[in-house]
Amino acid sequence: MSGFSVDRRAVARTLAGLGAATLSACDKLAGSPPVKKAIYSAEVITRRVQRLILSPGQLAPEFKPSDISPAFRANGSVAVDDPAYKNNLANGFKDWRLEVGGLVNKPLSLSLDDLRGRPGRTQITRHDCVEGWSCIGQWTGAKLGPILKEAGLKPAVKFIVFYCADVIDPGAGAHYYESIGLADAFHPQTILAYAMNGQPLTEPHGAPIRLRVERQLGYKQAKYIMRIAAVDSLKPINGGKGGYWEDSTGYEWYGGI
Amino acid sequence: MTHAVLDLDPGAPRATPPALGKPKPKTVILYRTKVWVRIWHWINALSLFFLLVSGLQIFNAHPSLYWGQAASFDHPILAMRAFPNPPGSAEPLRGVTFVAGHPFRTTGLLGASSYHGHVMSRGFPSWLTIPGNRDLANGRRWHFFFAWMFAVNGALYFAYLIVGRHLKRDLWPSLAELQQIPRSILDHILFKHPHGEEAARFNILQKLAYLVVLLGLLPLMILTGLTMSPGMDAAFPILPWAFGGRQSARTLHFICAWSLVGFFAIHIFQVFAAGAVNEMRSIITGRFAITLPPDDATSTGEGRPS
Repeated sequence: MSGFSVDRRAVARTLAGLGAATLSACDKLAGSPPVKKAIYSAEVITRRVQRLILSPGQLAPEFKPSDISPAFRANGSVAVDDPAYKNNLANGFKDWRLEVGGLVNKPLSLSLDDLRGRPGRTQITRHDCVEGWSCIGQWTGAKLGPILKEAGLKPAVKFIVFYCADVIDPGAGAHYYESIGLADAFHPQTILAYAMNGQPLTEPHGAPIRLRVERQLGYKQAKYIMRIAAVDSLKPINGGKGGYWEDSTGYEWYGGI
Repeated sequence: MTHAVLDLDPGAPRATPPALGKPKPKTVILYRTKVWVRIWHWINALSLFFLLVSGLQIFNAHPSLYWGQAASFDHPILAMRAFPNPPGSAEPLRGVTFVAGHPFRTTGLLGASSYHGHVMSRGFPSWLTIPGNRDLANGRRWHFFFAWMFAVNGALYFAYLIVGRHLKRDLWPSLAELQQIPRSILDHILFKHPHGEEAARFNILQKLAYLVVLLGLLPLMILTGLTMSPGMDAAFPILPWAFGGRQSARTLHFICAWSLVGFFAIHIFQVFAAGAVNEMRSIITGRFAITLPPDDATSTGEGRPS
């Protein structure tokens, strides 16, 4: 048995040598700015083609209650290490307010009850993580579109930015944030979810509210949203790429694929 | 049957000079592989290579496979995991691959392997992924870039298959050929290679293998890949429906990818078995040499009886 395992390792080592030679050359190539620029340009094609194919009102598939995943995985931040947040969590977010501002005619400050009173939607959808797994959950929340209409977007607005309470990497210190374009912001399934599977959102899933933008991947579904801003450009915000992972690792801003 | 399928190279119809005395077999160089097929082949080879190594990088972000729409985390079809070894062991981690729940020790290759001298938890080893380190973001960037290259290249090739009649002329088997399947299997087992002009045409098993790849595996790769996209599933709900869900599509994508690797292994083996120099010249320059028996040299309509 041990003889077999030694042989197998020798084979693996030989293959590893060959593979490493090729792929370390690839790694070097991948590091060069023009190559990176060319490779990254594929995102633009993907986004434009999906925009062309997807009509604005086209819904993401919805599921039956029996399809709901028994254990919905919580990923990214699963807790917020901040005393003010913990206080809000302890008292059911009764003093918490969602600030809606930026390039709007009428900035809003909405309590959780205000959001519950706004036009809402309940949907059972599939959450697709960028890592490859999926879970199905039921989300209830206030539609983002009517809230943005109420605030009145100025004509220059191109993006909606979501500022969150959580910090993924305490070393780097940056708060999580995400952004979407107007086509997705006004999509009927785009909601600020305050309930999951019929219960108030829990801390691992982004209490008090998280974004559901169902035609995109999991990292776009920002949790622990504290503030929403309408902006004309993502460039001046943090790393300028429109989101925490976009800035820090190079995830695509358009998470439709 | 008919020789019309073979385009003789107009520039260089080379026959070896007839030898004095004993008649010798003639070598004739044919123009076998059209330029469009050769360009397609090499762009395809390049993109499939990068799609594989970047795909394995993406797989490593969650090295488990499931069936259905959602992940049943406790019951994966396939899972690669790392477990800590007891203190004092030679390796700090052991890699275990679970296939339908059955564990297999795969330390060094799957589940746990070394990267820059450190054994780490990772599905496929660093020498099979691009980039070498764990980097889902760039793995995805490379994957989608080459996916576009592969898809556009494939679409143009399909147009050529139909419009250029490549499918009908060179790939689609006739009834007579289908009846030769048993004989062809035997020929392959016995390493009996066709000679003369027959060598320049695809044999029936070759045709079937190419058809399975061209009309089966490659389109399946694209469709199962698209099914993993939440945007595409919204646009075409038939996609997740057809494949039984996003997780099923991911599993099928993985199986098809390794089937293509299997095809590649046989493909390369056959290139060597049939004569690597001649086959490589054919796919690079289009020119393919065949040997005709001396008394058969008229059959190309070119040579004179020697």
